[in-house]
Amino acid sequence: MEFLTNKIFLIALTFVVFLGARLLQRRTGVALLNPILISIIVLIIILSCCEVDYDTYKEGGDYIEFWLKPAVVALGVPLYRQLETIKKQILPLLLAELAGCVVGLVSVMAIAELLGASREVVLSLAPKAVTTPIAMEISTAVGGLPPLTAAVVVCTGIFGGMAGFRMVKMSRIKSPIATGLSIGTAAHAVGTAAVMERGERYGAFSSLGLILNGLLTALLSPMILSLLGYTVQAS
Amino acid sequence: MILQCAILFAFLAMGEFVVYCTGIPVPSSIIGMLLLTAALKLRIVRLFWVDKVSDFLVKNLGFFFVPAGVGLMRCLGLLSEQWLPIVAASVISTFLIIATTGRVHQMVRRTLSSHNQVKELSI
Repeated sequence: MEFLTNKIFLIALTFVVFLGARLLQRRTGVALLNPILISIIVLIIILSCCEVDYDTYKEGGDYIEFWLKPAVVALGVPLYRQLETIKKQILPLLLAELAGCVVGLVSVMAIAELLGASREVVLSLAPKAVTTPIAMEISTAVGGLPPLTAAVVVCTGIFGGMAGFRMVKMSRIKSPIATGLSIGTAAHAVGTAAVMERGERYGAFSSLGLILNGLLTALLSPMILSLLGYTVQAS
Repeated sequence: MILQCAILFAFLAMGEFVVYCTGIPVPSSIIGMLLLTAALKLRIVRLFWVDKVSDFLVKNLGFFFVPAGVGLMRCLGLLSEQWLPIVAASVISTFLIIATTGRVHQMVRRTLSSHNQVKELSI
């Protein structure tokens, strides 16, 4: 089974599994069958059954993950297309983001702590709402476990993308701008990808939410963590 | 297509350069995105130079997250021990973020617009 550790094979496998998962969702139309989630589960099962460890998979997976960075740069295009609307409401946008960022950081840590999570886990969860590259850097800086952070971030994104619109409805949020913004703030790029399917206007404000929350979380988390009584080593 | 990729990677490289020079703890890709938006606005870069590759990447953003998600494999032990706080905290906090962000945005916007109407009336 030596061939299973071949990089190119692992990349091809990821593509095929994702295509299959997407087909499955299109055929069935069930929201719970999120292609990203299904791909992750199927890949973990295949790799475990074939006794391929994560580090070996990562050698191939890194080639796919590499495109995350240019893809984040590409979000500048939908952002540019909505620039006029953004300029008109800069104050509501900033205030909403600030509130969302602080509530997110404090609530995730307080709930985890209350339910008995270990210190490392609590710190790993702190940046769970922001996009992976930012979250992993914050996790490292505050003394969390970056792999756990990455996994929780991706799952949060999938969850936010799937349940986001329902949560928006339950919160009686009506405007498309507030909808896109809040899902992007809570569920970063994965949520944005889901929102983008409903229209570019939602998507643009969702990317704005992910950018602003990413920036604010990176800037504020060391301060908020020390206010909450966690000693943060300066990175 | 090559031109489109070249522009995206040039902006990513600029982002890397800014991080390298200033040491700010913000990912290069976020800085690259902001610079690209600014360049489009200032008409240094035209939209049709970058839109095809950008739309392709943005549409398929979810796929690029799959390998990071497979990283769950490495923390299965920790997850099985502490799944309840991890799942509960993430789910509840996600809901709170959505509710707070959306409501505050609607509230501030409504307050501002009614304020403006009052001003217009008094003039």
